Amino acid sequence: MRPLLVLPLIIPLATAALTLLLGRSPRARQAVSTTGAALLLAAAVALLARVERDGIQVVQVGHWPYPFAISLVADLFSAVLVVLAGLLGLAVSVYSVAGLDTQRKAFGYDAFVHVLLLGVCGAFLTGDLFNLYVWFEVLLIASFALLALGGERPQIEGAVKYVTLNLLASALFLAAVGLLYGLTGTLSLADLAVKLPQTPRPGTVAAVAVLFLAAFGLKAALFPLFFWLPASYHTPPMAVTALFAGLLTKVGIYSLIRIFSLVFAHDFAFFQPVLLAIASLTMVTGVLGAASQYDFRRILAFHSISQVGYMLLGLALFAPLGLAGALFFILHHGLVKSSLFLVSGLTHRLRGTYQLKALGGLYVARPGVALLFAVFALALAGLPPSSGFFAKLALVREALAQGRYLTVAVALTVSVLTLFSMTKIWAEAFWKAPPEPVPEGPPLPRSLLVPVAALALAVLWLGLVPGPAFGLLTRAAEQLLSPEGYILAARGGGR
Amino acid sequence: MAILVALVVGCLYGAGIYLVLRRNLMKLILGLGLISHAANLLIFSAAGLRRGRPPIVPQGALAPEVPTAEPLAQALVLTAIVISFGLLAFTVTLLYRAHQITGSADLNALEDTDR
Repeated sequence: MRPLLVLPLIIPLATAALTLLLGRSPRARQAVSTTGAALLLAAAVALLARVERDGIQVVQVGHWPYPFAISLVADLFSAVLVVLAGLLGLAVSVYSVAGLDTQRKAFGYDAFVHVLLLGVCGAFLTGDLFNLYVWFEVLLIASFALLALGGERPQIEGAVKYVTLNLLASALFLAAVGLLYGLTGTLSLADLAVKLPQTPRPGTVAAVAVLFLAAFGLKAALFPLFFWLPASYHTPPMAVTALFAGLLTKVGIYSLIRIFSLVFAHDFAFFQPVLLAIASLTMVTGVLGAASQYDFRRILAFHSISQVGYMLLGLALFAPLGLAGALFFILHHGLVKSSLFLVSGLTHRLRGTYQLKALGGLYVARPGVALLFAVFALALAGLPPSSGFFAKLALVREALAQGRYLTVAVALTVSVLTLFSMTKIWAEAFWKAPPEPVPEGPPLPRSLLVPVAALALAVLWLGLVPGPAFGLLTRAAEQLLSPEGYILAARGGGR
Repeated sequence: MAILVALVVGCLYGAGIYLVLRRNLMKLILGLGLISHAANLLIFSAAGLRRGRPPIVPQGALAPEVPTAEPLAQALVLTAIVISFGLLAFTVTLLYRAHQITGSADLNALEDTDR
């Protein structure tokens, strides 16, 4: 038994249960929640260190033999994403001390956050397709509750759209899992990768792969399936949105990368042009949607869509440098987009609005907040030297090497438009004089500023010293592109 | 038998999608329910339909002697039914709240967040 692999699941589960038991005492609940998130981060870092030192880690749950057991598998890609989940969980948990009203907390906010983290970590670590479906449902029900918690009119409206489309995606995912089981008689990802190329019906396999593409594409907010995201992401409190923006679309894109690099890798040439087209269209529609918005949160939500396009582009290029760029992009975007939503929460606390036209003068009033925003905005737009720059550099170099000039042109244009949107927020919210004289806002508690500042340091570190992270993610990409290692490791597994 | 089940699955999907595309809250709930039933029945039949052959290993043997019904697919369906029941219960509550807030069963009343 390898406890390190199970800890990222047990810690959030235990934390969620404990916060429910301590429902009467807000102070104890908050302490448990933050401690749980810190422990999760520590366990995730330990797991990453172990995977880096000893290779892919595997546990066959319940001591069943492979391939009947539900296996938990952690390769570098999974481990890095679990660290990201732990980091964002901790940041949001600290931010929620002052960033969330007591009423939402009394109705189980902390428990839902940790159930969400449980589902996310489970999805990253599982090596079994049906188990992946179950983890998706765990994180979905938690996200439904977090989205609707509070019951304000926009929240309920957003939740109806989010719930409906996600339930449809789940039904598609479930049908695809069933069909794949009917074809091969196995659900283990590693075993599927071995058995699927040998099935006598390649046409059916391609159809099932498209079902997966639609199901995960909806969860990742890819081009024609993204409508739930800008309709719902801006409605809950920003602490919740930060967690969603950092992790939920990442689970979708993680599943796409995992499935297409492992299970359907033998048929990738068929999907490459499709994925490339979807990636370009996702980038363009997201950024154009953002250009037409004047609400701080909705601009950020639309940018989430266009950024997912870059991640898919890395998968579509399907080569070490490009995939490493996509993984770097996932890490960078998880940190940056969560932080930007948290910053928009700060400005809302200061001025009581998210409308850019009503904001203004924040640079003079709060230079610290303006500096934090600038760090994240420049990283999102990808100006050197920032984390976004190196992620995009890797993607563009790979696309150039493959001679995909149209894709390169799209990626660079979208980058410029991203900068335009960020400049718009900067000019409207921070730079221009406020439309009418505003009273000095309330002082910002330290518990709101510290997590955002810590995330800013992480983003700066990724941008100024990209070497270590990029090296690690290049090895992760190489692991993904040679699935033999994953299959071999999943077969063994510490009993 | 397989053709009959396939037809039922197709009808369930068709009816479910039709209902989801309507603008009524109640039809949305029914449609989502039908689609999840269709997925469950699809899994059940994708693993192969065998009538009257329970997957029981005779005493003394290590494996069943004749091909039997697929127990794992049924276990998957059971899990999926439980999950979709929970999710549907949540959806019903959510849509009830939406109905209380907007005072109408028309999904077109929910357009504030798209502006």
